[in-house]
Amino acid sequence: MEDSRRNFLKIAGISALGLGASPVLDAFSKEEGLQTPQMIQGEKALKATHWGMVIDTRKIHSSEDLNPMIAACNKIHNIPKLETENHEIKWIWAEAYHNAFPEKETNFLNERLEHIALPVLCNHCEDPPCCRACPTQATFKRESDGVVMMDFHRCIGCRFCMAACPYGARSFNFRDPRPFIKETNLEFPTRMKGVVEKCSFCAERLAEGKLPACVEASNGILIFGDLDDDKSEVRQALRENYTIRRKQNLGTGPSVYYIV
Amino acid sequence: MNDKKYIIAGLAIFVVLMTFPFWFNMGKAAPPPEVILTPKALAAKECVRPTALMRVEHQQLLDVWRDTVTRDGRRIYVNEQGKQFNMSLSNTCLDCHSNKAEFCDRCHNYASVSPYCWDCHIDNPKENK
Repeated sequence: MEDSRRNFLKIAGISALGLGASPVLDAFSKEEGLQTPQMIQGEKALKATHWGMVIDTRKIHSSEDLNPMIAACNKIHNIPKLETENHEIKWIWAEAYHNAFPEKETNFLNERLEHIALPVLCNHCEDPPCCRACPTQATFKRESDGVVMMDFHRCIGCRFCMAACPYGARSFNFRDPRPFIKETNLEFPTRMKGVVEKCSFCAERLAEGKLPACVEASNGILIFGDLDDDKSEVRQALRENYTIRRKQNLGTGPSVYYIV
Repeated sequence: MNDKKYIIAGLAIFVVLMTFPFWFNMGKAAPPPEVILTPKALAAKECVRPTALMRVEHQQLLDVWRDTVTRDGRRIYVNEQGKQFNMSLSNTCLDCHSNKAEFCDRCHNYASVSPYCWDCHIDNPKENK
């Protein structure tokens, strides 16, 4: 009995010494002024919990009005120009009303809508079917801001996401895109053969405090902002105008709204 | 046991042939590569992390950067000295190390690894500018 008490006290004493010594040793091991590396969000980054877009089709007078925004996107994202239609890479492109809204087609469509083209892009859905289809989680919905993102490194090119997307917003690189890029933006990577790509709401620009390139070049046709913030410009546009979303009956919850 | 001499001769030839690469290359180990730093990299003195760590662990660092940037949207790296870096292979790493052939490739060839970073990330952004 005496023996075990003696042992207990010994161990307790050594443990107390150890606990007391650890902060001292830590202080020695760390040099003055050094900190462990951290990864943070930039100060200028635009913040939102649900990025969304409103497209004011009343400001589109001809399909030429869409060219600047499409060109801006193609240029900064190194999107190749491929001749074969099946090989085309599209992030934002022009579509006729009856193709953009096939279930809303009528025999007697408003003349203005009949004659213009509408800009279409990834809808950054609230419940994106592409993300469910992806076997590697290369495409995912970012929890923080609702952007449906691609991690090109992880894409294995199975194209399940392309089959799952009801908007045709995804393109596959059937060929090496590099020879088909007219002007290369050195600050943005290209893609390689065998990878799917799509619009990312310019996540790299939002992180620097800039609006998406298409919005900047759109001359007021595109409005961008936080759908969760009722004081934002998009919410104001949604409050004041009647809007429709593409293939809403499928339940994907697009974050891109059209004022018609 | 009349074939003894043939068997021994055969075995000797076999052993010589099998060990040929070893004694042929003896004493001729490939020298470790010498990487060349660009003036910009030299001026910066130290990389994002200490040089020894970067030499051994740059691939792990890049892996963490990629996931943090695409998945969490956190794009600024604050190192031990409190210095901030944009976590971007294209715009930060390859901006200083704009000599792929003399910097990246030399070591990668020596170690016989072929990373496919440059299939997408455009090498040498400065020279083309």
